[in-house]
Amino acid sequence: MAAPPRHATMQSISNGGIAPGTDRPQTQQTQAQLSQQSPGLRVPSNRKTIYDRHLNRSRNAELSRASFAFLFGEMVTYAQRRVTGIQDLEKRLNEQGYPLGLRLLDLLFYRSTSTSSSALSSSSTSSSPPNRPLRIITLLHLIHGPLWRLLFGRAADALEHSVSPDTPNEYMITDNDPMVNTYISAPRDMSMLNCAAYVAGIIEGVCDGCGFETKVSAHNQPTELWPSRTVFLVRFGDPVMEREKVLERAGVK
Amino acid sequence: MSSTKTSRIGEETRVDKVNAELVTLTYGTIVAQLCQDYDSNYQDVNKQLDKMGYNIGMRLIEDFLAKSGVGRCANFRETADMIAKVGFKIFLNVTPTVTNWTSDNTQFSLIFEDNPLADFVELPDDGRAQDELWFSNILCGVLRGSLEMVQMQIEAHFVSDVLRGDDTTEMRVSLVRYIEDEMPPEEE
Repeated sequence: MAAPPRHATMQSISNGGIAPGTDRPQTQQTQAQLSQQSPGLRVPSNRKTIYDRHLNRSRNAELSRASFAFLFGEMVTYAQRRVTGIQDLEKRLNEQGYPLGLRLLDLLFYRSTSTSSSALSSSSTSSSPPNRPLRIITLLHLIHGPLWRLLFGRAADALEHSVSPDTPNEYMITDNDPMVNTYISAPRDMSMLNCAAYVAGIIEGVCDGCGFETKVSAHNQPTELWPSRTVFLVRFGDPVMEREKVLERAGVK
Repeated sequence: MSSTKTSRIGEETRVDKVNAELVTLTYGTIVAQLCQDYDSNYQDVNKQLDKMGYNIGMRLIEDFLAKSGVGRCANFRETADMIAKVGFKIFLNVTPTVTNWTSDNTQFSLIFEDNPLADFVELPDDGRAQDELWFSNILCGVLRGSLEMVQMQIEAHFVSDVLRGDDTTEMRVSLVRYIEDEMPPEEE
């Protein structure tokens, strides 16, 4: 199914430090947008705008977990009133996570660049900014490690490739105890529901932002030890798989 | 209760933490979704945010009382102090300034130096959002909901916001009345 790129329908409120582009976010483009002040918006005379504060200011900041739980719970309740079923609800949560993924991707790259350049600033070696992942595995490692650490303070618990020869485009990221589900209890008739669909949306945003067309869904896979264990199923589109083969032949890492 | 003692409760109350950016971004996506659902009718978005806050407030007060262990406030001035120095400190890790009291001690302002909900935010440049949308309006609802649970009917609204180009972010809170304990209606 060839859906139009979702960036086109993205919201105009920029809650991600980066003014939203209508196209795929590219670093150069966002920098251009950052340097020019929108002419129509009023700014405080003391210049307390997002352009005047450092993007790393909130890097290690923490907030109450209860506040997150209250907000997320209210977000799910609100979404629930406007949908017809579980799938619809999960789709909506996914869509709300998606723009976060696009922005977090830029944030991750921005931060990994600034730390490596400051670490090397004393030496004369020129530090090249980290490249965006070109191959699937690099991308998945970025999600499994740095993205998870940024959001949840730890890496995800597992990263697996589908063993079935029919679905080589499927990968699984496992979180034994997703933080977002800690305070969610689904009613019995909605036991299939997994509100980590929100996180699936974030993953989808990151992949799409990197140029990997993907569908991501969250599934309950409880074990005795981990009752809320969740598997994020990442399914890459056919064009991505074809490109992957070409890149592999060309020896691109 | 003395003001310094109140601050100490706010500082010392232990809370489980999460990454602040996750909270900020989640709130952002909620507001963005509302703007989309209500077709950028910002008055309706404000109302819905207030309603969501009210729902949160009704449950948050219990968490607040359990965590802080504080008792009943003697008067509305003490309540204001408690909101700013304990409530906001626990849940948003900021301490707004309480000021601009009316002489009858029923209305005050909270001035926010910092507002984690509005980190990274720029309102849409559509010529209306800066005049109509109160981005952090959920906070008004939270206060309304939580105080109602402890027998205070209040009214809260923002009067300025740095996101709108104002120099400060200020919320006005007014005590409407103390709710008397009402007996359940007699059974017939």
